[in-house]
This record gives sequence, structure tokens and C-alpha cells, in this order.
Amino acid sequence: MNARSLFIPITLVLVLGFLIGPFLIIVAASFSAGETLNFPPQGFSLRWIAKVFTVESFQASFAMSLFLAIGGTAAALVLGIPASYALSRYKLPGAEIVRTVVSAPIIVPGIIVGLALLRYIVVPFQVGITLALFVAHTALVLPYAVRVVSASLDNLRSDIEEAAVLLGSSRLGAFFRVVMPNIRGGIMSAFILGFVTSFNQVPVSLFLSGPGVRTLPVDMIAYMEIVFDPSVAALSSLLAFLSIGIVFAAERFLGFSRYV
Amino acid sequence: MSDASYLSLEKLTLAYGDTVAVADLDLDIRKGELIALLGPSGCGKTTTMRAIAGLLPVKSGHVRLDGADMTWVPANKRAVGLVFQSYALFPHLSVYENVAFGLKLKGMRGADLDAKVQAGLKSVGLSSFANRKPAELSGGQQQRVALARSMVMEPKVLLLDEPLSNLDARLRLEMRTELQRVQKETGVTMIFVTHDQAEALALADRIVVMKGGAIEQIGSPEDIYNRPVSSFVADFVGFENIFPLEGGRLRTSGGLIELSGEAPSAAGLAWRPRMVTLGTGPFRGTVRGTSFAGDSREYLLDTSLGPIKAEVEAGLSAHPLGADLLFDLPAEKAALLSKFS
Ligand SMILES: Nc1ncnc2c1ncn2[C@@H]1O[C@H](COP(=O)(O)OP(=O)(O)OP(=O)(O)O)[C@@H](O)[C@H]1O
Ligand SMILES: [Mg+2]
Repeated sequence: MNARSLFIPITLVLVLGFLIGPFLIIVAASFSAGETLNFPPQGFSLRWIAKVFTVESFQASFAMSLFLAIGGTAAALVLGIPASYALSRYKLPGAEIVRTVVSAPIIVPGIIVGLALLRYIVVPFQVGITLALFVAHTALVLPYAVRVVSASLDNLRSDIEEAAVLLGSSRLGAFFRVVMPNIRGGIMSAFILGFVTSFNQVPVSLFLSGPGVRTLPVDMIAYMEIVFDPSVAALSSLLAFLSIGIVFAAERFLGFSRYV
Repeated sequence: MSDASYLSLEKLTLAYGDTVAVADLDLDIRKGELIALLGPSGCGKTTTMRAIAGLLPVKSGHVRLDGADMTWVPANKRAVGLVFQSYALFPHLSVYENVAFGLKLKGMRGADLDAKVQAGLKSVGLSSFANRKPAELSGGQQQRVALARSMVMEPKVLLLDEPLSNLDARLRLEMRTELQRVQKETGVTMIFVTHDQAEALALADRIVVMKGGAIEQIGSPEDIYNRPVSSFVADFVGFENIFPLEGGRLRTSGGLIELSGEAPSAAGLAWRPRMVTLGTGPFRGTVRGTSFAGDSREYLLDTSLGPIKAEVEAGLSAHPLGADLLFDLPAEKAALLSKFS
């Protein structure tokens, strides 16, 4: 083997190591028997994994994150599916502008979105924290919903709707009978992508979290500022495995990668 | 409603925004007729079909079907079937479910439904494909599913937009006979769009030739083939020597030419290459090109009338390039054109 043929394998190992390495360190750290977050871990135990389930604030913030991820993504889809449909089926005058506005939350840094929402919506209108978080997460997921659903709509010929109408269906009926079933994979993909995006969201949530209402990642940061034990690593590992499980299941059952 | 106007289009004007695609179209179609809509690309064939189906709102005029004014009846209440050029099968449903789709919407269930769907599949020879998805079928099979899906609805009119254009030559012939058979068996009124004059001539009871959003000629295949009314139709059905008439003389690129026989009264005359007499006659030309087509041979002549195309039986001895030939355009054989454009 010469140097040239070694170049690619070595680069590959370095890149993968860089991507997966930190994750492996966190996983290893969560099985530590020691009192502080450390690497290499001291001994082996499951005590920190067990502790995760006993921290009350984690339970509350996990529930909040789950609610935001599911509710926010569902709301984004309820708004995003008709929007995508209109954008892809009708030659609307301002379509490009609408597309740009809808994608803004992807492009604009989260910290700015969070600050803007706080300064110009939450404070002046006295919006409740939960509602503010819900609206923010919906807005953040909307671009992904529109993008992924649009992609699958663009792959679907519009004449099947006309065919359905000529066979006796109403326009709306045709949408539910022949459009929705054919973009189901796209919708599921958008849901998973939205769920993960929302669940991992930190900057916006950081601005909008208030007394007693926090999302899980924000809560983890807050926890770490006070207690520096391996339970945060344990929780991170659990979340990572949960995400990996979801993505694998999605790929297995829906062919997820076709839509993203 | 008279029998002659089961489906009638009255002063139908159709537009996309401000662009008028079809203007003041009048057409009466008998029950059970098989009509071919023939015309060049962009002449408004698809537009007219979509208006009959109710997919395109009309700008002015009326669509009447079976005695009722359908102009503003929504597409799902018209009982008009449309087979799309792209087939438009529902990709998520099996062949069986595709055919059952409309029947279920009509409220048909259970054994009735099954019997009807099976009969529909059988009529297009696809009984053994019932459980396949559209993506697992060939183009011709998909086409037949689309046909069955429309036919089981027993539409009053079945529209087919270039139903055969996506198929290869052999399959086209097969589907042609299939269409004709289905139409004869069910007696459904059918309108099909085609670019292909041979297809129109072979299949249709009557042919409607369209040009620029208007009807140029309506007639039996014999009428259209033998008696085109205008230079446009003549050109479309293979008359290649077409000249305007002025005071009994032909206007050609070489000036006004006296015909050999008595000139008929018409705006123009047209001859198929076969109608040109070669070897005798008052005119003279030089062979510029020749092509052999199996049982016939075609010559392109340079003449004082401009270029002339003539065709003779291949058995006759061939004239070489550059040969000087006498020829005639016999007035009594010419098609009389009342419209010249
Ligand atoms: N959606 C549309 N918007 C604007 N103009 C259109 C639209 N569809 C068709 N047209 C125009 O209307 C005219 C008639 O079009 P139509 O599709 O009916 O032609 P056609 O005879 O079916 O042609 P082809 O043989 O190519 O299918 C054309 O000039 C076309 O450019
Ligand atoms: Mg067309």
C-alpha cells in the first residue's frame, strides 16, 4: 500500500472519530461510578442512569419538551401542509416571498429569533411562557415542514386530483383521497425532522423559558451550572439512543432518507 | 334534444386569463359517435376536452349534454370520463382499487362492486393484474387500467386525450382496435384527441379538424381525406401540391398558369402526389429528388409552377436525377378548396 491509497481511509477514520468521538466519551462518562463528570470514567455503575429518572425537574422539562416537539410539529404540519399545497399547485403572485419568509427561521440564528420574540411579542403582549414556547417551536419547525412536504408534493402529478374529481370526488375529497396518501411518507419525515429539531432546540427556548417552565435542554444546562455529576451525560446518552432509534425505525418503515 | 345533438358545444369560448385559446366553437355530436379531434399542437384540443369535462370554466357559450345545460355543473357531477395522456392512475392504489375508486364514491359496495370491477378489468384483459400497483405495469397496461377506470363509471361521454401517443407502434395498433371494440360493445359516445391523421381516419365516425382555436372542417374520414375544404386541411391530410385559383388560373410562384382542362370554381386546388400525371401533359419539370417507398416512387420536380411532388407505381422504370419530364395537374382529379390561407 502506498501513501495515496492510505489517504482516504485515514481521512475517513479522522472524520468519523471527530463526529462520533465526543458522543462515545459522553456515553462512557454516563456509566461512571464517580461523583463528577469525568473522562476516563471511574469504575462502572448504572447509578447515574437511574438518577436521571429521579430528578423531578427533568421529568417536568422532559414533559414540556415532548409537548412542544409533538404539539409544535403537529401545528407546523397543520399550517405547513396547506401552505405547501398552495405553493406547489397554484402560481401564486408572491409565492417566492412566502417561501423565503417561511424559511427565515432556518436562516436567522436562533438567538435572534428568541430575542425578537421575547422583546416584541412576549413582553409587550404579556404572552404566557408555555404559549410563547409553543408558538416559537411551531415557527421553527414550519420551514422544515414546508420544505419536506413540498418536495413530496412536487413529485406527485397534479392530474391525479383531476382524475379523482372526474370519478365523482369533490376537490377537498380528492386532496384527502389521493394527495394525502401519496405524501404520507413526506409528512412522517417532516414530523420526525420537526420533532428532533424542536426537541434539540436551545437558543430560542433559552430566551423564552421562565420560572418553572423549561425545555429539557435548557433544564440540563441549568442543572449543570449547579450540580456537576454524570447524570447529564447519562441523560444525553439516553436521548441520543432514543433519536437514533426513531431515525432507524423511520428509515426502515418509511424510507426517510428519500425526503430529506 | 334531437338525436343529432347528444353533446353540443354552442359558441364556446375558452381562455387562459386574457389569452383566448378557443373562440366561438360550435359542435354537435350524436349519441354513440366516435369523434376524432385532429389538429396541430396548440390548436386547442386539450382545452376543449377540459371544458367538456368541467375542469376548465368556460368564458362564454354553453356545453349541453343529454338535454341538460352542463356549462356550470361541476366536474364531479357531469358523468363525463377523461382518460389522460399521462394515465393519471392513483399510485398508492392497486389496479383493482383504481377501478373501484369511482364506484365506491357512488356508494357501491360488496358483491355489486366486486362484480363491476371484475367485469371492467376483464374487458381490458387485466383480470390477473388486479393486485398490482400502477408502477408495476407497462405503459399499455396502465393505459388499459385508465380506460377501465373511466368505463366502469358508464360515462355519458368518454374523452381521451392522445390516448395512444405514449405507446410504441405495435401497441398503438393493438390499443386502437381495443378502443374501437370497447366503443362498439358499450356504445359510449367517445371523443379522442390525436395528432395522427392515420389514427383519426382509421378509428373515427367523424373527424373534427381544428386550427388556431376554431373548427376548420367536420366530416367523415372519407370527406376529410378526399374532400378537404381548405388548404390547411388539405396540407394536413397529405395533399402536397396546393395552389390558389384566380379567375380560372393557378397562382404559382411562376405566375398565373392556365390549367389543361376546364377550371372548376373554387378558391384553390390541391393534388396528392399520386394525382399528378407524369410523362404527358402541358407542363415540364426537372427531377430534383427521388425516393423509393416500397410499392411507389416519389419524385420532386423543379417546374415553372414551383416545386411539384409526384408519385408513381414503383414498377414503372425510374427517371434519373436531372431528367426532363412532362407532367399534368388534371383539374378533374383536384380537390376543390373553398378556403385558402
Ligand atoms: N395553462 C395554460 N395557461 C395558458 N395558456 C395555455 C394553458 N394551456 C394551454 N394554453 C394555450 O392554449 C392554447 C391551446 O392549448 P391546448 O393545450 O388546448 O392545445 P392542444 O391542441 O391540446 O395542443 P397539443 O397537441 O400540443 O396537446 C395554446 O396556445 C396554449 O399555449
Ligand atoms: Mg393537448
